[in-house]
Amino acid sequence: MANNRIPSGPNTPGSQQTPTQQGIKIFIQRDYSEGTAVKFQTRFPPELEDRIDRQTFEYTIEKLNEHFDMAETADCSTYCEGCLACLTAYFIYICTETHYEKHLRKISKYIAQQNERVYNPRGIHLTDPILRGLRVIEVTIIDLPNCQSPTGNSTQLRHT
Amino acid sequence: MTAPHPGVFLLTLALICGTCALHFAFDCPFLAVRVSAAVPAAGAALAATTLAALLRTALSDPGIIPRAPPHEAEAAGAAEAEAGGRPPPRAREVLVRGRPVKLKYCFTCKMFRPPRASHCSLCDNCVERFDHHCPWVGNCVGRRNYRYFYLFVVSLSFLCVWVFACAVAHLALLARGAGGAAAALRQSPASALAAAVCFLSVWSVLGLAGFHTYLASADRTTNEDIKGSFSSRRGVQNPNPYSRANACANCWHVLCGPLAPSLIDRRGVVPPDGHDLPPSFAAASRPPPVAFVAPPVAPLPAPISAPPRPRDAARALQATPPEAKGSSSGSYSNLFALGEEARHAYTNRSLEAGEGGAGSEAAEAGLSASRLRLLLHTTMIDAALDLDDPDPPPPHLALAP
Repeated sequence: MANNRIPSGPNTPGSQQTPTQQGIKIFIQRDYSEGTAVKFQTRFPPELEDRIDRQTFEYTIEKLNEHFDMAETADCSTYCEGCLACLTAYFIYICTETHYEKHLRKISKYIAQQNERVYNPRGIHLTDPILRGLRVIEVTIIDLPNCQSPTGNSTQLRHT
Repeated sequence: MTAPHPGVFLLTLALICGTCALHFAFDCPFLAVRVSAAVPAAGAALAATTLAALLRTALSDPGIIPRAPPHEAEAAGAAEAEAGGRPPPRAREVLVRGRPVKLKYCFTCKMFRPPRASHCSLCDNCVERFDHHCPWVGNCVGRRNYRYFYLFVVSLSFLCVWVFACAVAHLALLARGAGGAAAALRQSPASALAAAVCFLSVWSVLGLAGFHTYLASADRTTNEDIKGSFSSRRGVQNPNPYSRANACANCWHVLCGPLAPSLIDRRGVVPPDGHDLPPSFAAASRPPPVAFVAPPVAPLPAPISAPPRPRDAARALQATPPEAKGSSSGSYSNLFALGEEARHAYTNRSLEAGEGGAGSEAAEAGLSASRLRLLLHTTMIDAALDLDDPDPPPPHLALAP
């Protein structure tokens, strides 16, 4: 039964949901199908169905995966950085930012911007995965105080 | 350094420093005159590299995966496992480049361990790409410090060979001049001691360097090698799914690839729940202060100032005025400044909840005291561990009066 082993199979749910005091939380899990590099599953969680369309969400996750992929890939410049660091007995890391950290900053910026423009107005908040140890992307869903029903709110926002 | 017993690490440090001291005090002056001035220079360079690599390995984060907070653990289905008496061994299988890999559930860290991660029983943490726990360096060797460890082992084997060769050369030259090995030994017993220490340790160190060169070229870890994760079983091939095209690419990637960021914030403050949500979310998730008075459009008179995130708090710590910093009890005043901030954040929360009065005052005082104690713990433990802070304060903040 090889089908059971794919990451999004029944034994390995791509996202789980838990209601807490702070709204519903959904966790987008890591996708290990291409090794241990950071990658998140792009499966659309059904809880978001009436709040955001599938393409927008998948696009955001894919964009995040792209950013992480760039952070993890080792091109010539990162090798040079590594070699230079090795030659200086790794003292260079005290004064410069690594290739990975530069990308992490970009990722944080991207998530903040997406939250502000797309997700927060619809009552969704994505948490920067670095705050969760790169294990999961935490998605918080909340009923905003000025909305009567989630569907009403989202349609109203879609028109603006 | 995460291990509870630093004794063996201090022994390593003492052995290396002691042998180097003997080398520089007794062999180097003689060889610098008789052979070349490059001898002490080369020795000093090797010793400096070895010590730097050792300290770097011992003091940096090996790639600890932070534990999951309760709500995340609950989502992973841990609660039901723990409720039913003896929890069954839980594992999940995923395909990594077409090969099935088991992800085991870590009951301490409340999560499914990523592939190649393992829980170190000595450090009590899950470590990414866990290699082994090295008592000699007093730390786990994992994804983030493997390259330092490798550099340490290689430079230490060179240093051993170098010191041994210098000591033997010193004794041989003395023996030729003074006539006889016994006379040479009497003249310079320190050289003989250094040579003996090096001779005894060089074999294991050289072996270890060779072993780790092999592991790096195959992109394996010691842990996987010992467990035989990728050895063929019952005639079925089981190749390493993480390995790249060739040995060179593996070495490059393991030793010079991009350095993964530290996932833990060692000097941070434990933030209150929901600290990373935007203010409107935090407000909406909280029970309304008075059910009917507050209009739904503007439910709260004052927006919650977002409680300090750990890094912001660290920045605030850097930005404290110089008179607070420069005093003799600098660290303590900083601590209190931080404590104040954390308590303010807490005050906001408890006021927002709409439960004024003596009871909440007392609870607030107790909590801020416990938070202060936590802070003290964190600061004291981490005072020596600031080798690689990933987020230095911006210059304008550090220079602010």
